[in-house]
Amino acid sequence: MISLTDVHKAFGANRVLQGVNLTIPTGESMVIIGGSGTGKSVLLKCVLGLVTPDSGSIAVDGVDVTQTDRDTFLARFGMLFQGGALFDSLSVWQNVAFRLLRGPKKLPKAQAREVAIEKLRRVGLKPEVADLFPAELSGGMQKRVGLARAIAAEPEIIFFDEPTTGLDPIMSGVINELIREIVVEMGVTAMTITHDMTSVRAIADKVAMLHGGLIRWTGPVAEMDAATDPYLDQFIHGRAHGPIEAVR
Amino acid sequence: MNLTLPLAVTGRATLAALAAVGRVALFALQTVTHLLRPPFYWKEFLSSLMQVGYFSLPVVGMTAFFTGGALALQIYSGGARFNAESVVPSIVAIGMARELGPVLGGLMVAARVASSIAAEIGTMKVTEQIDALVTLSTNPMKYLTVPRVLAATLAVPVLVGVGDAIGIFGGYVVGVNRLGFNSAAYLKNTADFLQTWDVGSGMIKGAVFGFIVAVMGCYYGMNSDRGAQGVGRATKSAVVAASVMILASNYLLTELFFTS
Repeated sequence: MISLTDVHKAFGANRVLQGVNLTIPTGESMVIIGGSGTGKSVLLKCVLGLVTPDSGSIAVDGVDVTQTDRDTFLARFGMLFQGGALFDSLSVWQNVAFRLLRGPKKLPKAQAREVAIEKLRRVGLKPEVADLFPAELSGGMQKRVGLARAIAAEPEIIFFDEPTTGLDPIMSGVINELIREIVVEMGVTAMTITHDMTSVRAIADKVAMLHGGLIRWTGPVAEMDAATDPYLDQFIHGRAHGPIEAVR
Repeated sequence: MNLTLPLAVTGRATLAALAAVGRVALFALQTVTHLLRPPFYWKEFLSSLMQVGYFSLPVVGMTAFFTGGALALQIYSGGARFNAESVVPSIVAIGMARELGPVLGGLMVAARVASSIAAEIGTMKVTEQIDALVTLSTNPMKYLTVPRVLAATLAVPVLVGVGDAIGIFGGYVVGVNRLGFNSAAYLKNTADFLQTWDVGSGMIKGAVFGFIVAVMGCYYGMNSDRGAQGVGRATKSAVVAASVMILASNYLLTELFFTS
């Protein structure tokens, strides 16, 4: 279980998170929605320790993330970055097997390559892709490789940062389905941030809406459409008028 | 007009400069401490060694060759004023080994390597590849900075040594073909006057310059701002800072080696 309690984070005068409280139970898929620049990525990076919160606490399975061994903690996570964040200088299979080729659980090269190819197959890519470099792949393929890298070391928790940004609707649908399948199949705890409502409906067990540095609404995805919160209502229906100011 | 304004501006600029020096010093110190603790990424080190050492050889070699030739011409025409044309071989050798080899080699490596390191790491930062490294339990300092800094610290002295030899050869070519020196006499003069410490001090300078170049490239890359403009600024700052620090440290090392 991941729990965030009264998390604050500011960048200069810009107070991005102003007391976020959120709990993600083990094995659930939580999707955090909100407009651009509302701090969704910052929230996710706070959990991973990539950004240090100004105050508040973040715990995973009851253990404060600042009190745990960093490598052991991060070994439990997989992450799909918005742009893929694949390493340009490494081939596709070396990207996927990055964690398997280093660190305490290091595998022999041939075995790591086999695991990488199996994970590539799992995300719908052929073994021939393994020896290509990231620059030779399309956006959708890069996302798939990023997804394969996120699941390569069989993590307990996976974070997805804007998994469908920049993809066409069909490829978005494919990635959404893959994420859902993988989350269910591996039984992982998942935290996804997106503003794509199709992704929300495809991936989420629960939804939380972040606005103005606070969680405005949280609940099961099935209850989202019937919710009366005006912020959520405006956001999920994409209305220009409402409590969320739209810059024209 | 507020009379204290110039003082405030000067004070702010001084504090900002000192803070920047402190940040770079801490970064260099961190690099050294990471260098002494495992894990060490050999593959990245060897790849950096090729990039910094082998692929810089043509540019350093050409710079040294033409500098040696020009130096021979200058010393000949300057020495002619007081009938000292015969010092050309020894001054070319000493000048190349002590000063021009390490400084020009260091500056050429700064232009080639500091820029490429800063651009590569800066791009990795803005495309979240550095964050990805962290989430994959890999320390970016150990994976990106340490191999590059160690490779540059070891490769640049070798480049300086090779550059010295090529520079002296450049002087020899000009001396023999253009200035009419006897080939055997030129070589004998060079060998007689050149001491081991002349070459050794230049190579020590090369190691210091290599360290500076890689630390500056990594520091500005790691602290790059977002976007293409941010990476461009990081690249420019890395080359400028590395070049200025090479010239400043060259003076300090020359004081240390040759005036005591």
